[in-house]
Amino acid sequence: MSEAVRVENITAAYRKEPVLRNVSFALPQGRLIGIVGPNGAGKSTLLKAVLELIPKSSGNVEILGSSVRSQKKNIGYVPQRGNVDWDFPTNALDVVMMGRYAQIGWLKRPSKKDKALAVEALERVGMKEYADRQISQLSGGQQQRVFLARALIQDAQVYFMDEPFAGVDATTERAIIDLLKELKEKGKTVIVVHHDLQTVTEYFDWVLLLNQRLIACGPVEQTFTSELLQKTYGGRLSFIQQENLKI
Amino acid sequence: MLYELWILAISSLVAATCGIVGTFLVLRRIAMVADAISHTVLLGIVGAFLVSQTLEGPLMLIGAAVVGLATTYFIQVLDNAGVPADAAIGVVFTSLFSVGVILVSLYARDVHLDVDHVLMGDISFAPFHTIEWNGIPMGPQAFWVILAVFIIDLALILLLYKEFKITSFDPALAAALGIPVTLIHYLLMTMVSITAVASFDAVGAILVVALLIVPPATAYLLTEKLSRMIIVSALTGVAAAVTGYYTAKYFNVSIAGCIASAAGALFLIAFLFSPSQGILLRGRQRKKAAAPASS
Repeated sequence: MSEAVRVENITAAYRKEPVLRNVSFALPQGRLIGIVGPNGAGKSTLLKAVLELIPKSSGNVEILGSSVRSQKKNIGYVPQRGNVDWDFPTNALDVVMMGRYAQIGWLKRPSKKDKALAVEALERVGMKEYADRQISQLSGGQQQRVFLARALIQDAQVYFMDEPFAGVDATTERAIIDLLKELKEKGKTVIVVHHDLQTVTEYFDWVLLLNQRLIACGPVEQTFTSELLQKTYGGRLSFIQQENLKI
Repeated sequence: MLYELWILAISSLVAATCGIVGTFLVLRRIAMVADAISHTVLLGIVGAFLVSQTLEGPLMLIGAAVVGLATTYFIQVLDNAGVPADAAIGVVFTSLFSVGVILVSLYARDVHLDVDHVLMGDISFAPFHTIEWNGIPMGPQAFWVILAVFIIDLALILLLYKEFKITSFDPALAAALGIPVTLIHYLLMTMVSITAVASFDAVGAILVVALLIVPPATAYLLTEKLSRMIIVSALTGVAAAVTGYYTAKYFNVSIAGCIASAAGALFLIAFLFSPSQGILLRGRQRKKAAAPASS
């Protein structure tokens, strides 16, 4: 079985300032994988470079054994919630439906079937009764669930999620992680940019430690060690240790 | 009477066209790019004039489209190179516009193309500039030009509705899905360019910005659905055109100025009284919305 993601030597720059330097790794299929590192480590940039949303100055990416372009159908992406305008004139159902725009194809309108799928996806994240709600009237947690429903409707093999737990309430966080585990049970690969070191061992089975360069990538038990975290966070780890991490 | 009807028809079509296209400028937060394009297309008009020696026909639209795209492209290049986005717009817009101004003063002195006209427009003369087709009088040229652009813009938006929608709301997802975000962006800029040129005669370069931005901004406050925002934006534009015209007639002042002022007045009303976002009613609504949003 081929890897979910294989990255060779990517370097990506933002306004000529390299954010990622020579990053290489391979991620197995069917795992829940956390990307962890300090602020400015290039975690979001890594996702965007892998998905070819930003130009990379060098390197090569394969998803499920072939090019990103040829695997678009199998890739689900959940951008950071803060990147879109939540005052945009649209409702929850419409946002979810956007996940199917590529399948619907050019010049066509969403069909009854697309709508039914969107309702079903909203139901899976517990948001069915909010389908007609204007998106600005949703709480942060609800907005994140809508984004997740939009990823579900894509019915992808490999999911990339940029900080899906940022700014959500505890109930939503629980609901999201249950859903991600459910996806994993179905053999999907879920790659999550994650901020909270406390929950890493509980949530993920693989972890990728990043600080502009790749520090380590592997199963949580072997990779999420204080030594490697020290390397990832540098001097800031003393602060982390005070929060008595369950490592 | 007929004169008045033509003026109302032209200005209403201009307002509706601008309202439709402008909706996407407001949603993408690139209102000021419209300002830049509405000025730089002068260069396109002069270029088309130098080639054809007339101010007629589709060549003007093509010239405008080319310069509009160049404007967008140059802004993008400077932006990517690290120039702040607003400064990039300022630099490109004034540079291309100034070249246009010089060319007008050099070559086009004797024709109906002067900088005042381009900036301010003058719809009161538009009905006199008529065209014929096989000897049959067809009415003012300005009407047919803006009608053609209205149809082009509307058809593109209807055909590519979901592509325009997703690239405006979430370009990152759109790109991940394989939707050509950049192509759609340049298409929209082409639409803005030809709309600006077709609107010149009626309202001029400065006030076309008012019609591209103010009615959509008004509709943004009043609607919660994209299709409705487009319709409300077009209707707001038409309302501004009609009330603006009659106000101008009553006080015997500039029509373009009155249309833009009317658009501003309509925005102010929406800003104060919009049920969801108006500053007078907002507090109450937000409280209502917050209640079920706690789960």
